[in-house]
Amino acid sequence: MSVFAARLTGDVSRRTMIWLAALLAALVIAPFVVDDYLVTVLILILYLAYTGQAWNIMMGFTGQLSLGHAIYVGLGGYVAAVLFTRYGVVPWLGLFAAMPVAAACGAVIGFLAFRFGVTGVYFAILTIAFAEFARIGFDHLDIVNAAAGLFLPVAQYAHNDLWRLRGSPTMFYYVILTATLAAFVLCRLLITSRIGYFWLAIREDEEAARAAGIDTFRYKMYAVTISAAVTSFAGVFYAFFYNNLFPEQVFNISQSIQMILGPIIGGVGTLFGPILGAFVLTGLAESLNSALTAIGIDLPGAEQVFYGVCLLVVVAALPGGIWPWLAQRLGIKDAGS
Amino acid sequence: MTALLSLTAVSKRFRGLIAVDRVSFDVAEGALFAVIGPNGAGKTTLFNMIAGATTPDDGGIVFAGEPIGGLSADAVCRRGIARTFQLVRPFPALSVEDNVVVGALLHRRSVAAARDHARELLRRLDLFDKRRQRAATLTLPDRKRLEVARALATDPRLLLLDEVMAGLRPTETDRMVATLRELNRETGVTILLIEHVMRAVMALASRVLVLDHGVAIAVGAPEAVVRDPAVVQSYLGTETV
Repeated sequence: MSVFAARLTGDVSRRTMIWLAALLAALVIAPFVVDDYLVTVLILILYLAYTGQAWNIMMGFTGQLSLGHAIYVGLGGYVAAVLFTRYGVVPWLGLFAAMPVAAACGAVIGFLAFRFGVTGVYFAILTIAFAEFARIGFDHLDIVNAAAGLFLPVAQYAHNDLWRLRGSPTMFYYVILTATLAAFVLCRLLITSRIGYFWLAIREDEEAARAAGIDTFRYKMYAVTISAAVTSFAGVFYAFFYNNLFPEQVFNISQSIQMILGPIIGGVGTLFGPILGAFVLTGLAESLNSALTAIGIDLPGAEQVFYGVCLLVVVAALPGGIWPWLAQRLGIKDAGS
Repeated sequence: MTALLSLTAVSKRFRGLIAVDRVSFDVAEGALFAVIGPNGAGKTTLFNMIAGATTPDDGGIVFAGEPIGGLSADAVCRRGIARTFQLVRPFPALSVEDNVVVGALLHRRSVAAARDHARELLRRLDLFDKRRQRAATLTLPDRKRLEVARALATDPRLLLLDEVMAGLRPTETDRMVATLRELNRETGVTILLIEHVMRAVMALASRVLVLDHGVAIAVGAPEAVVRDPAVVQSYLGTETV
């Protein structure tokens, strides 16, 4: 345990620790100071920070571009939701089925790609293809109610039931906050360990990594399965928070894209990038929406345009993302990157 | 003395072109062995076959008593053969130290132990003061040294060096020669190098193999090889050495 503690905090400056503590404190007290609407915005932000962190394991650490991560969200959500609605299995136990299913799916995609040398943009296309297969497949799968969608029973709850994940947005907020924190810690542990160094080597130059004795196939398989398993929890959360699952939504490519915008804008391969990116993007997009509503303008699609503009600005001005630039100014070192 | 590395009639063809033609030689444990020859003689192809980057079409490669021909590059490295690349390939976004840590982690589970080992090698190769820089910011001579350090970090029994002196100034060449000699003497690592810089070959190698058009035309002590008429004609020219 002390080994983990040392790896978590080793070479982290006091300054960074203070910033982290302040940020965490602000997030913990947030539901007491902001209104319900803002809590749901924060849930969305943390949800995207979480999924971005999970995606980052593949792209940021290992250099494998997945554009189909929605498949792991969808599988996680459907497995837990079906187990809950049909068999009464609580989501936390459902997670023990959802994670292996998503990990197995990731392993199949990874095996096909890495064994047969599908790399770069072709790998990205393969991941899109699998997510699309899943979308169309689930659209016709009766056990999950096909295109009509799967609904979780919604009732008025007198109190929050954390065990069954039934309750108020505030409860969901703390669940996703804890998960985001856990994903952050997990990524920090991974990237400062042997496996993390091997991932970075593969990202930087796969042939040189192989020449250094790294079994690149094996380590890429670890990356895709871990990333898939971590992502699947987001699906479980999604299902129980929104109480419905439609293949057209949950497996949609727009899900996959939304997931990766945060890390790209925040900084691919960094630990804070996904979190910062989610705050910047969703935070600003929501402010824009409220501002537009306040002045009485109804502009459908304004959010998407805004995402596009953000992406353009960041790619042009800060190709490494906002975080590396900001970290330098704050005097903070990120274990990733 | 038994050979650490032994090649028997190793051949490689690329679409009818014979890059390496039935080449046989032995490298003794602890030797400093050089492969020389004109451009296109098949030196790098020979290296790639030993290092597992290319599969030989024919012939046998035996390392430490086990056949390794056709194994993947990472499997070859795990058995104790480390290589550098002719066109250097450091991990550009990683620090100089982390580049070497990656190599050192091959046979070490703990990152701290790998870091200690990496720092020792960085000191040996005069890169310790630059350990926090990104590898991409290094000059070419430093990158070549970094490649050697990363390869050494995997604790090889045999080190394959593909033109690590090319592009270095004479003083830098002498420094590299001294470093390699010292390594060979102190750690006992066997070194097989491809080299064009005859100054380095003569100073370093105990044995030399000359390749020309994929064929081994001479093998022996460096002083004898450079006087061999066939070698002079095909590679060195009458004016050299």
